[in-house]
Amino acid sequence: MKRHLISAGDLTRDDAVLILDTAEEMARVADRPVKKLPTLRGRTVVNLFFEDSTRTRISFEAAAKRLSADVINFSAKGSSVSKGESLKDTALTLEAMGADAVVIRHHDSGAPHRLATSGWIGGSVVNAGDGTHEHPTQALLDAFTMRRRLTGGEGHDLSGRRVTLVGDILHSRVARSNVRLLSTLGAHVTLVAPPTLVPVGVEAWPCEVSYALDPVLATSDAVMMLRVQRERMKAAYFPTEREYARRYGLDGERMARMPEHAVVMHPGPMNRGMEITAEVADSPRCTAVEQVTNGVSIRMAVLYLLLGGSEPAVTTVPAARTEESNPS
Amino acid sequence: MDNGNASAGTPRPVLEAPDIARVLTRIAHEIVERAKGADDVLLLGIPTRGVFLARRLAAKLEEITDRPVPVGSLDITMYRDDLRLKPARALAHTEIPPEGVDGRLVVLVDDVLFSGRTIRAALDALGDIGRPRAVQLAVLVDRGHRELPIRADYVGKNLPTSLRETVKVQLTEEDGRDGVLLGARPADPGGER
Repeated sequence: MKRHLISAGDLTRDDAVLILDTAEEMARVADRPVKKLPTLRGRTVVNLFFEDSTRTRISFEAAAKRLSADVINFSAKGSSVSKGESLKDTALTLEAMGADAVVIRHHDSGAPHRLATSGWIGGSVVNAGDGTHEHPTQALLDAFTMRRRLTGGEGHDLSGRRVTLVGDILHSRVARSNVRLLSTLGAHVTLVAPPTLVPVGVEAWPCEVSYALDPVLATSDAVMMLRVQRERMKAAYFPTEREYARRYGLDGERMARMPEHAVVMHPGPMNRGMEITAEVADSPRCTAVEQVTNGVSIRMAVLYLLLGGSEPAVTTVPAARTEESNPS
Repeated sequence: MDNGNASAGTPRPVLEAPDIARVLTRIAHEIVERAKGADDVLLLGIPTRGVFLARRLAAKLEEITDRPVPVGSLDITMYRDDLRLKPARALAHTEIPPEGVDGRLVVLVDDVLFSGRTIRAALDALGDIGRPRAVQLAVLVDRGHRELPIRADYVGKNLPTSLRETVKVQLTEEDGRDGVLLGARPADPGGER
């Protein structure tokens, strides 16, 4: 593994499978009376959040604490950032406080990459979502959930599984990370969205694109519904919400046309009635709550593999590991 | 997983397959004797080879007592005291039998007892899982050179070694053959076992 986790594209297949396998072991800790490991005792993890988030921040915090790391939560609201402090000065402050890892969420795409490659800080940088770019730990927990539900688990990748991502691809960092990671793990990915919500340049992505949901349902092993990110929409991308829900929303009738074993996924937060109906969201085939649980295990695995030794875990191709630069 | 044989001559076998079988039978009998019937015994092997030894011991205990003996594995990686000296390591399985460890006589099983640091880590790991009635330790080989106040309750073979030697346990399940080899350490003192 590289020293930072900025993009799902940084991970080789072996890196990704190592993270998923490690997360399986981490998941067992949740069943014990003492849900804590001493592994990262004395290490400091800073959660640097420039953008609102509940589940991701809590998930990273729980993961770091279960590994006994000290956690400092830093949110831009109510900090010097609202007084105009730059990312650089914030980073230098964190470095001065001895942060071993910085988990960053930022409204600008590329902020984690800047932080990792600038030389401002010595620790590892973990991208917890940047703008409309990437959200690699979300993709990892999605892959983990799919692997548990659709394959034999431990040691497996997702070869041959068909995953459909539906909705606001244009604004979705979850979709970008998932497309990269899922194709690394051998899955076939299909994006479904109205033409206005498909990003320019999607031809270069390792996936297919469909403008209609119904034709792909019957061949999907997993259908991931993405939230319509109204807060990022500065134009009219579709006529009405009702029309969007009718064409791209997942309801009970559509779910019934999916294969028996197929699962419905949602990274949260859900807009019930928009991209997913309450009937589907509350059905046992919907993994939304499971995804949250798995998120803690995945983030424990990532923090352990980045910080648990003198350097990040070495997978089969150590020569490819670069210490300083992170082209992504 | 070095065999320590590259530069310094062929490693010498100190235990062969029949010896290992005999030694495990003896340890199983000792466990039954010391635990007065072994009805609350639970075996936990330390990955990798300790797990296979624990399973073999469990099979022998079942033969002797006619009762199923719960057996599991305990990965100690995240409790090691030398984590920061090497790159982050992949984890092995921890599998605690459904009976749980609370109130039971837990016998930890490992292949080689050396510095004692692995067992120290195992005791810490065990403490986070539950509260056994007592904990004992069974090892196939005790090669000495303890760095902590730890000793084994059941020892397959005491093997006085120098620090320049390596002890390599091979088991069919992992290595395709049974045996314990004594070799000379290559120039760099790297591996722990």
